[in-house]
Amino acid sequence: MPAMYSLWIVGRNGGLLYSRDFLPLPPIEFNDKLRLASSWFGMCGIAAQLSPVPDSSGIQLMQADTFDLHSFHTLTGTTFMLLTEPHTPDATELLRTTVYELYCDYVLKNPFHEMDQVVKSELFDHNLLALIGAINRRWGVGLVQQ
Amino acid sequence: MGCMTFYIFNRKGRCQYYHEWQRLKPIKQGAGSQDEDFKLMFGLCWSMRALATAVDPKNPSKQQMGAPMRIGDGCSFNSIKTSNFKLHYLESPSGLKFVLTTDPTVGSMVEQLQYIYASLFVELVAKNPLYTPGDAFLFEPFSAALNKYMRTLGLLS
Repeated sequence: MPAMYSLWIVGRNGGLLYSRDFLPLPPIEFNDKLRLASSWFGMCGIAAQLSPVPDSSGIQLMQADTFDLHSFHTLTGTTFMLLTEPHTPDATELLRTTVYELYCDYVLKNPFHEMDQVVKSELFDHNLLALIGAINRRWGVGLVQQ
Repeated sequence: MGCMTFYIFNRKGRCQYYHEWQRLKPIKQGAGSQDEDFKLMFGLCWSMRALATAVDPKNPSKQQMGAPMRIGDGCSFNSIKTSNFKLHYLESPSGLKFVLTTDPTVGSMVEQLQYIYASLFVELVAKNPLYTPGDAFLFEPFSAALNKYMRTLGLLS
């Protein structure tokens, strides 16, 4: 059954800016999260370097046994990572349109937000949860009670 | 032409076999030298594997990240995709790592890599008396069979 598990946002220098689970998941320690986010950032660079074809982007999708990890790199260097059930449809599209739009509207337009600082925006949280919650519910998967 | 390069790494991370069908970006512009390319490729696969195990949303009893893992433990990954290429990965129970890079439009190659391992590698390399496990090899029958198999998959013209 398709489901969206969590969203991570990684800054231009590889730091974790935001992470949110949409379903109850086995917890990952915060320090591990930081390390995972920055190693993902680094591995995207290495993958582009090792590419047998010129002008490769970073990693866009990793398919593992039990999950898919979609990743979207914005032009300014921010990376969005979306953890989903394998073969969840439209996840890449969702990242690069709707989630990115929410980020622009509620995070970047916030006058108190500084680039590459941790994202603390109630509106962003609220709208993101509503959006992903609606998608998950459509697939019949429950939402975490906040 | 769908397939680009193929690597086999032994369990210690040494490249045992390398073949390239097409490499539009020379290694000089990528990793620098062939040796560096092998090292980086193994490092990438190893870290991806560690990341997949650490992120795995379905395993409630995960070890801490970086803790030593047995071969085959935890969640593995099947492929990673960028805008220009796709990397397919298979780890055998003995710790051999098979890495195939192809065009990004190619679908899942899990079964095909399994076939390369079980029917080509085991039959033509592991059963070859001249093969020392863990060492680099260059056996004509294996290379020929690999090329032929890629052709039947339609990845090689």
